[in-house]
Amino acid sequence: MNDFLTLMKPELVITGIIFLLLFIKLGKGLKNETMLLVIQVLLLLNFLAGFFFNAEGTLFDGMYLTTNMIVLQKNILSLGVYLISLLFADWFKKSEHMPEFFMLMLSALLGMFFLISSGNLLMFFLALELSTIPVAAMANFDLDKKRSSEAAMKMILSSAFSSGILLFGISLIYGATGTISFAELPQQLNGSPLQILALIFLFSAFAFKLSIVPFHLWTADVYEGSPMAVTSFLSVISKGAVAFIFMATLYKVFQPMHAIWYNLVMILSIATMIIGNLFALRQQNIKRFLAFSSIAQVGFILLGISSNSIQGTTSVVYFILIYVFSNLAAFGVAAAIAAKAGRENIDDYKGLYQTNPFLSWVLALALFSLAGIPPTAGFFGKLFLLTAGASKGSYLFIIIAALNMIISLYYYLRVIRSVFMDKNDEPLDKIKIEPSAKLGLMICAAGIVLVGLLSWIYDYIQNLV
Amino acid sequence: MNLSLLILLPLLTAVAVLLVRNAKQVKVAALAGATAQFVLAFVLLFAYYKERATGNAAQMLFEQRYNWFPSWHISFHLGVDGISVAMILLTAFVVIAGVLVSWNVTKMTKEFYFLLILLSLGAYGFFISLDLFILFFFLEIAVIPKYLLIGIWGSGKKEYAANKLALMLMGGSALVLVGLLGVYFSNSAQSFDLLQLSQLNIPIQTQMICFPLLFVGFGVFTALFPLHTWVPDGHSSAPTAGSMFLAGISMKLGGYGCLRVATYIMPEGAKEYATIIIVLSVIAILYGAFATMMQKDLKYINAYSSVSHCGFVLLGIGMLTKTSMTGAVMQMVSHGLMTALFFAVIGMIYERTHTRQVSEMSGLLKRMPFIITVLFIVGLCSLGLPGLSGFVAEMTVFMGSWQHPDAFRRVATILACLSIVVTAVYILRAVTKTAMGPLTAGFEELKDATWNEKLAALILIAGIIAIGVAPFWLNDLVSPGAEVIMQKLSR
Repeated sequence: MNDFLTLMKPELVITGIIFLLLFIKLGKGLKNETMLLVIQVLLLLNFLAGFFFNAEGTLFDGMYLTTNMIVLQKNILSLGVYLISLLFADWFKKSEHMPEFFMLMLSALLGMFFLISSGNLLMFFLALELSTIPVAAMANFDLDKKRSSEAAMKMILSSAFSSGILLFGISLIYGATGTISFAELPQQLNGSPLQILALIFLFSAFAFKLSIVPFHLWTADVYEGSPMAVTSFLSVISKGAVAFIFMATLYKVFQPMHAIWYNLVMILSIATMIIGNLFALRQQNIKRFLAFSSIAQVGFILLGISSNSIQGTTSVVYFILIYVFSNLAAFGVAAAIAAKAGRENIDDYKGLYQTNPFLSWVLALALFSLAGIPPTAGFFGKLFLLTAGASKGSYLFIIIAALNMIISLYYYLRVIRSVFMDKNDEPLDKIKIEPSAKLGLMICAAGIVLVGLLSWIYDYIQNLV
Repeated sequence: MNLSLLILLPLLTAVAVLLVRNAKQVKVAALAGATAQFVLAFVLLFAYYKERATGNAAQMLFEQRYNWFPSWHISFHLGVDGISVAMILLTAFVVIAGVLVSWNVTKMTKEFYFLLILLSLGAYGFFISLDLFILFFFLEIAVIPKYLLIGIWGSGKKEYAANKLALMLMGGSALVLVGLLGVYFSNSAQSFDLLQLSQLNIPIQTQMICFPLLFVGFGVFTALFPLHTWVPDGHSSAPTAGSMFLAGISMKLGGYGCLRVATYIMPEGAKEYATIIIVLSVIAILYGAFATMMQKDLKYINAYSSVSHCGFVLLGIGMLTKTSMTGAVMQMVSHGLMTALFFAVIGMIYERTHTRQVSEMSGLLKRMPFIITVLFIVGLCSLGLPGLSGFVAEMTVFMGSWQHPDAFRRVATILACLSIVVTAVYILRAVTKTAMGPLTAGFEELKDATWNEKLAALILIAGIIAIGVAPFWLNDLVSPGAEVIMQKLSR
């Protein structure tokens, strides 16, 4: 019983918060502002609670497992959710169904926690569904907007499709090996054609969730149509969670077949970087722009994953931590502008610096971090992913990745140029930022600057691997 | 002497610039910081002399090492030899002159000075780092300030130029990165440490791949033909101080990297590719010189002549003799001072006449004697008049190059020498046209240089003359560093 409480503490805390919100909602309810404040405090407590009373072990005959590394990954996701609750305060306050939104978001987060902790393909499948379906409901939250429903529809259809593929892959694996437990699978895997087929199906399902090329087509439409809070949740938290479990599955379960998946990961990494970057070049809408840029970032994550080493794990987790700060900062700025001015196009940002220097600098920091320019943390994150990937010794792979950093710099600089250089006689008015959004942006900015320069964070992650 | 001061001081200056309130205080803070850097550079020079005089023969002095990302074997390793000290002096000269010259910037003063100081931070860090990772870190830090300086405060087609510069330089640093990773994984120690790497013998196959990556990557920064195209656009669109920093400091990062990183740790690769380097640098020298002849805009004239002059740096490195490499470093220092001064003067003229077209001004000597005298001095330095730094540096490169008895290198040296004639043509033509003749109508009311401009010019001229009249101190400073590289080459 004691084991149960300590090992499953993150999930239990989240479940507790969900029920608390439900009761508040069912009872008299609170004013939106107070409610939001309560939620923010709860999520902060949830994040802080992640650092105490942690233990390693398994539950339910290995269905559920947790290690210090997994706890850290959950903490990163909790941090992201806390930041989302801060950054999109404007939108939350206007929303009529805010408690429901957070209940859905936390359910999805709960699903992701189970996903990362899963030790069995069945558990894995259930958790993946739990982490996907609420997000589709969230995508529909701009109730009066047609695009929002369209996004939700696209999201639910494509994820249903990928679930089908995943189930097919799982059944093939069961057929080929006679087990679905992560602990027993490695002994049974020998690289037979049936197993390769199963691996490819599983891989495709992951590719859907991570929007790896060629399974990325749903991403831009869903990102554009959904409310900004959902877009950022999808692109940061969802991606992060799936990347964690993807890496764990490849490294632990499919280790015997790593010669096969290395090639797969390498080719898809190159394709993802190139396609993501090329499509991002010409986007006008900031959400679509960030969608394609996040596809390109996934390409880099794959590069780190391909290294199949301790450094690979460390650099991927480190990169995702940085990515949480940088991408959320970019979305936070975009949301602040969209909420007050209703503008989402990059051209509307022309001359932003004249009226909103704070937002401009945060946006610049975030984009430089995404582009990997020092002294921002993104530089270190990208560089370590590249270094980890280079340890396999494929120069061509690394050169292509490095060239992709240049392409991505081009389109990030395009936004910077709009903000800082282009003349605009009618720039956006001075935007009054919500205090909590400002706090969120400052946390993000601090993270972007500090996570890179403080090298002990990287060492801390590495010690957990 | 604590080398981290060289990083901390610009950092503190940058913070101070951000914290103070009005434009006046920003300028004072920046100038105070630049002056402190200037003093510190001289303190470093004398500390270096003192240390050497006491018989300390270590390759690098004032070494400091802090752990940074120990899991990748990265450490914050600082240290200087004569070459670094020379480059730091150059940086300090250009920074203080750049700050003084930009006294009249009114648009977003705070941001302007912040970026200038950030750029100098990158340069100082680059020149003192002995770990290739932090060297790369500082190399990239210096790119974005340039982009913003050109894009926001520039003139002409500034956005295009800024984009081109940022992308080409980042492309260069991407090649450097791949080269560094190749070196990192090929050595058994898996180390980025320069001194450690110089002790190891990197496998020949790795050198064949990584040397060109590193050399071309750094070469982009120092206008290696045919990757020099960002130079004319970038320099001519940048604000005055931006051009000074670009040509005076930033282009030197590349030359220093080619010499210290690429050639030093991969000598076999350097020998193998020497022919190509020589051919490319001779093309850059001649092409730059001839292209300058066709320019009508003063800034373009100096930008193309920078391509030509930086060709000498690469030629000196490619010739792989001690004298030629000493010459290459001297040329870097000399060209840095000279071109910074040249851009400063062009900025002063432009601020008054609002044109940079040579054809649109004449007889300016009558109205602004000080500025035009400086223009003469810098022009003469550029065409290699004895007594000024250009002559000393180029002469050293030629002497070093001539030490090779083979016909190919002799011919290359002769061709490079010929460019001096072309230089004389375009410099004299531009300077004479601007200074002499009847005063252009409408320029009667122009004023001569103000105190800050005079001070900036005098500081840089002092540097140029100090090298030109007494070159031995710079030579003595640099040649032990070149000697170390030669030992590694002849092993």
